[in-house]
Amino acid sequence: MTMTAKPASAAPPEAASTSGFLDRVLKVRELAILVVLVLMLLATQLDNHAFLSEQGIKDLLLNATILVLVAVGQATVVITRNVDLSVGSTMGITAFAAGEFLRGGGNPLVGVLIAIALGIGFGVVNGLLVSLGQVPALVVTLGTLYIIRGLDSIWFGSKQITAADLPSGFADFGHNGFGAVPYLALLTAVVLIVAAYYLRSYRSGRDLYALGSSPEAARLAGVPVRKRILTAYIVCGALAGLAGALYLARFGNVDSGTGNGYELTVVSAVVVGGVAFTGGSGSVYGAALGALLLTSINSVLPSIGVSSVWVQAIDGILLLLAIAVDRVVALRVAAVLRKRAAQTRSAIHHA
Amino acid sequence: MPEPTKSPQGKATSGTSGGFAVPAWARDSLRWDTVVGALLVVLLICSFSMVDNFGNALNLSFLIGNTLPIALIALPMTMLVISGEIDLSVGSTAGLSGAVMGKLWNEGMSIETIIPLCVLLGVVCGLVNGLLVTRLGLPSLAVTIGTLAAYRGIAQIVLGSNSVTDFPQQYLDFGSGRIGGTFIPQAAVPWAVLLVIAVIVLHATPVGRSLFAVGASQEAARFAGIRVKRLKLSMFVATGTVSALTGVFWALHYASARYDNATGLELSVIAGVLLGGIDFDGGKGTLGGAVAGVFLLGALQNVMSLVNVSAQSQILITGVLLVISVLAPRVARQVGRARARRKAADAAPPAAALATG
Amino acid sequence: MSYRTAPARRAAAAVAVVAAVAIGATACGGTTKKSTDSDSTKSGSGSSAAASANPSAPIKKGLTIAYLPKQVNNPYFTISDNGGKKAVEALGEKYKEVGTSSGTDTAGQVSYVNTLTQQQASAIAVSAQDPGALCTALNQARKNGVKVVTYDSDTNTNCRDAFVSQASAEDLGRTEVQLMAKQIGNKGQIAILSAAQTATNQNTWIDFMKDELKKPEYKDIQLVKVAYGNDDAQASFQQTQGLLQQYPNLKGIISPTTVGIKAAAQYLSGSKYKGKVQLTGLGTPNDMRAYVTNGTVQSFELWDPAKLGALAGYTAVALASGQITGAPGETFTAGDMGSYTIGKDSTVVLGKPTVFDKSNIDQYHF
Repeated sequence: MTMTAKPASAAPPEAASTSGFLDRVLKVRELAILVVLVLMLLATQLDNHAFLSEQGIKDLLLNATILVLVAVGQATVVITRNVDLSVGSTMGITAFAAGEFLRGGGNPLVGVLIAIALGIGFGVVNGLLVSLGQVPALVVTLGTLYIIRGLDSIWFGSKQITAADLPSGFADFGHNGFGAVPYLALLTAVVLIVAAYYLRSYRSGRDLYALGSSPEAARLAGVPVRKRILTAYIVCGALAGLAGALYLARFGNVDSGTGNGYELTVVSAVVVGGVAFTGGSGSVYGAALGALLLTSINSVLPSIGVSSVWVQAIDGILLLLAIAVDRVVALRVAAVLRKRAAQTRSAIHHA
Repeated sequence: MPEPTKSPQGKATSGTSGGFAVPAWARDSLRWDTVVGALLVVLLICSFSMVDNFGNALNLSFLIGNTLPIALIALPMTMLVISGEIDLSVGSTAGLSGAVMGKLWNEGMSIETIIPLCVLLGVVCGLVNGLLVTRLGLPSLAVTIGTLAAYRGIAQIVLGSNSVTDFPQQYLDFGSGRIGGTFIPQAAVPWAVLLVIAVIVLHATPVGRSLFAVGASQEAARFAGIRVKRLKLSMFVATGTVSALTGVFWALHYASARYDNATGLELSVIAGVLLGGIDFDGGKGTLGGAVAGVFLLGALQNVMSLVNVSAQSQILITGVLLVISVLAPRVARQVGRARARRKAADAAPPAAALATG
Repeated sequence: MSYRTAPARRAAAAVAVVAAVAIGATACGGTTKKSTDSDSTKSGSGSSAAASANPSAPIKKGLTIAYLPKQVNNPYFTISDNGGKKAVEALGEKYKEVGTSSGTDTAGQVSYVNTLTQQQASAIAVSAQDPGALCTALNQARKNGVKVVTYDSDTNTNCRDAFVSQASAEDLGRTEVQLMAKQIGNKGQIAILSAAQTATNQNTWIDFMKDELKKPEYKDIQLVKVAYGNDDAQASFQQTQGLLQQYPNLKGIISPTTVGIKAAAQYLSGSKYKGKVQLTGLGTPNDMRAYVTNGTVQSFELWDPAKLGALAGYTAVALASGQITGAPGETFTAGDMGSYTIGKDSTVVLGKPTVFDKSNIDQYHF
């Protein structure tokens, strides 16, 4: 809950600085997820009073942290009208690299930095392939998904990292916190706020939106397209790396299968969060809320006793609903915008 | 990708070169799918001569049998990708069809009833995808990621933890048997029929030409009087139907209907299709290329297993191939264009227009 | 312009035809489960048990024994297969390991069986991802003279020559309940955290657990739920949380899967339930060492996977040398592990599982 409150508290300055119709719509979009989330949690709480206990809230937040981090990175890429499918593989390999370093008695902080650096490395590869090679991101990152996964299994083989290999302080960091707020959630919240601030308040951040809305127009307007796409991929890779390190801290166990298939969950979270595949719209707050919603559903279902058989179908249908509702809203908004544009011919600031 | 404005780089090139020069793209894609076809031939020749046990009938039947599910779905998928859309739910559709088949069989229904019902189910699955994409205007990637999870989830609900293996022997024999003493699996015959139909539809009918037109420029195609939505919808339905058929074949081939049948099949299909030179941005490619791509991957996997390349390295090689397959034609095209531009700069202006066109 | 409407019309026609065929087929009464049940039981496919066993036959040299685990790079199977490698190479045979990198890639496993048939391996030791899916391929292999031994996870009995079982399913199911009962003082609610719903061995163990719980001494123990974590760390985590929230009075969790138990242990050790909710099941000492040391877990059990692999190897060699055919009652020598007898359904049982706790865990390193 503490985390979900953040977007709301961060909203007023946004309204003050860059007010506008589109901003308000985006906020409504995020508010909608928030409302769904709160309703769902409250309903579960009514059914099962242990659900929102201190431990329960802590679990909800911890479950979401890793997905939120990767989703924020993914959102950055999707906003530029690209996609990075290799995040699951990147997360797996960085978790392992950090674990391997810590097993050798390394400093936990350095271990986390190694994971981030490795993530950045893969981000650079993806970014260069997409921006310089001018090839569809989906295909390239599908390729790097395989490549990184293959490297992971060749490099680490059947080795695995177990909780006993890790310094105890590192594992404690993975599940302790201030009361119901785990350290990992705080760290994630900081990353989230920084990313949101960058995207909104820096020119290069806003360029990403411009790029996603209309690459051609952005290029003509002087946006350094390749550099910005590269940046987005680097952010995504770095966050996947950080997520890998946190995965290690949280779960204490890593083998070469870690992160397999995670890309679909991440993409779902981003899309549910209102970041459109067509680029140029959505926010990292939305992506984070989408991630929180998805992981919360996976916690809600078992705690109200729904068989795990239903989880996947519900996830899929929810995703379909989210994009369908989005589309309908977007069509409405577009109609309103067109009317406004007709009224005031001058101000056309595409966000 | 679905949106007409999507894929700036790809469209930009086809806009400048493809506008009044159909032979340009034909030459490009022809070049790539010939390359893939040649690679396949080279691989086969090398394997026949150098890899033990590759060339005998049993192994060839294994190779074809294991590649058939991918090759089946690749047929409609090629057309779908050419029209600028994609379907990631094919593996789940196949799984769902297999699960329903197992469930109904356990309920005591006759298999002759079940199979048409499964095919009908595929039609419905395709309709759901197609309607969401065409009527609501949603991106097919997002829609089919959703149905990928949803169909698989429904399969899980339908069949749960059961695995059904006791299908009638004559059907199982069809799923895994060969024609007489040859290396050709019986199930290859219906595939060949479908291939012929698909080739004719795509390369020799107005429907096929409309598909290319829609993929190249949806706007232009609409203005030219093509009913884009209906065309795309029918392609989604075709894909769903063939996927469901594949699910039936899968269950018979492996003599096992489970909810997780054919998991991840979509990636193999897409990898094969893209390797075969079908442009992800739509509007380009040939069925021959797609089939060559699928069998190249299948043969490569078979050979790598025979020469004891580990599964991990196989994953790596698949990834590298995929990246090369999208990178190589573009790099080649860019080099070609650069050369043309240089030539154009040397020559007189009218000649320049010809060269870049 | 007529072609534009053609696809739709054609689709409609196709649907109509399909429906008509379906209805027609039902009316004529086609092939149903009932009609095939009778002949399918009669025709157990492929097994060529014509050859008779010669217990004193010498062990053939230069055999190739191929291991096909559920998943390569899975630590458990690596230990197991390395045990097999040692045994096989000590006998002077050739060892190899192949397999898929995903534990649910049944098609991949089938194609590996096919490849091994091609390469004319002398015997395959396989841990099956699916009891039925491998049958066609395995029987084809056997027709081509390849002996088939399953280990860890069995196929249908008519598709292999012998099954090397880690411990009898009955022993495992019952002892896990006994361990749990001891930890919670024979009283309270318990739950089971399993792997995938389709995992054959998990389901057999769980059935025996339920049966054991029917005994009068366990009348105060209530099994409230079986949850499935799909052998995925994150899913197992959330299923554990769900169990604890749904049943606040839960006293213990049994997790008969190495992935599930370590995920549950990692969650418990970082939560307020640590030490209050007991956890037992099947785990490897290396995975569980940290949790036993910090008091999250009192005891758990497992067989020695290396010995399982070795026994599979010895069985495969004995089959390929003609010492046994897989018929119940036959006896063979498994190197320094002593003599084993083939039991019902051609099953060889490794022995009782080992229980690990604080006092002995440091003696084991796998």
